[in-house]
Amino acid sequence: MKELLNEKLTKQFPEIHFEVIEQFDELTFKFDKSAVVPVCKYLKETDGLKFNLCEDVTAVDWATRKNRFTVVYHLFSMENKFRLCLKVDVDESECSVESVSSVWRAANWPEREAYDMYGITFLKHPDLRRMYMPEEFEYYPLRKEYPLMGIPGAVPLPKK
Amino acid sequence: MGLESKLTNDGFFTTTVDALAAWARENSVWPMPMGISCCAIEMMASGDPKYDISRFGSEVMRFTPRQCDLMIVAGTVTYKMAHVVKKIYDQMPEPKWVIAMGACTSTGGMYRSYNVVQGIDQFLPVDVYAAGCPPRPENLLNALMQIQDKIGKTRVKDFPDVPQAGFESKQNELFLSKN
Repeated sequence: MKELLNEKLTKQFPEIHFEVIEQFDELTFKFDKSAVVPVCKYLKETDGLKFNLCEDVTAVDWATRKNRFTVVYHLFSMENKFRLCLKVDVDESECSVESVSSVWRAANWPEREAYDMYGITFLKHPDLRRMYMPEEFEYYPLRKEYPLMGIPGAVPLPKK
Repeated sequence: MGLESKLTNDGFFTTTVDALAAWARENSVWPMPMGISCCAIEMMASGDPKYDISRFGSEVMRFTPRQCDLMIVAGTVTYKMAHVVKKIYDQMPEPKWVIAMGACTSTGGMYRSYNVVQGIDQFLPVDVYAAGCPPRPENLLNALMQIQDKIGKTRVKDFPDVPQAGFESKQNELFLSKN
C-alpha cells in the first residue's frame, strides 16, 4: 500500500514534494498546505485508494518552531482497511488552510474544533464557528501560551 | 406511634404555624436533579430501593425547576454550563436550597483547568457540600439530612423578602403619611 500510494501521488502531483514518515505502524505524508484539497479529493475518489473515512482533523502547536502549527488529517480506507495520516505545516503569520469539508462532510466539526482550540482558520468552511468555547471567547486555549487555569474573566460567570 | 400518643391525651397540641410549616417543609423536600455528569449516577442510585431517598420524603425528583425546593448539582460545571445551572436555579420558587454534590461541583475537583468552574459557590448560594468523587448514596442522604435540619430551623424571619409581622401596619402608616 505504501508503494502504491507513493507512486500514485507522485505521478498525479509531480510538482509537490511528499515527505514520507513511518512511525507507530502508521504511514504519514507531509506536504505543502496549498495542495490539501486536491490531494484529499484524489485520495478519496481514486479507485484502489478510496480513503472514504475522515476520522479526525486536528492540529499540533510547536510553540517556537518556524512553521508553528501542523494540521493533521487521519484518514481510513474502508475498502483497503488501511489507515493514513496527512500533515501540513501552517505558520502563525498566515494561519489558515483550506477546508476539506467539501471532500468529507465529516471534517466539518473536527475543523471547527481545531479552529476553536488553535485559531487556525479553515478557508471556505461552510460554518466556521467555535465548537466548545462560548462564542464571545477571545482566546485559543490549546495554544501553548494560554495558561492552564485560563485568563480570569475570559469567560464570564453568572452573577451571584 | 408518636402522633397518636400525643393526640390521645387531650386531642390537641399547640405549636406555631411557623414551626409546623418548617416541619412539613423539612419532610417533603422536592429535589431538582441537576445531574450533569457521573455524580448523577450515584444520585439515581440514592433513589433506588436499596438506598431509598423516599424515606426522607424526597423521592419526587421533578424535572421542572418550578416544582422544586432543593437543587442537587451533581457533576462538573463548566463555565458554559454555569449559565444554564443559574438559569434553572432562578426558576425555582423561594424558599430554595442547594447541595453541591461531589468534588467537581464543590471545588472543581480533578479538573484544575480553564474551562471548569472551581466551585459552584462562585455563582450559587450553596447550603451543603457533599464530599466524594462521586459521593456514595449514603453521603448524599447525609447531605439531605443536613438540609432537613437546616430547613427545620428556618422561620419566617429568615426570609427577608417575605412580609414580616407588623408589615401591614407599617404600610398603613406610609399610606396615611402620604395622604
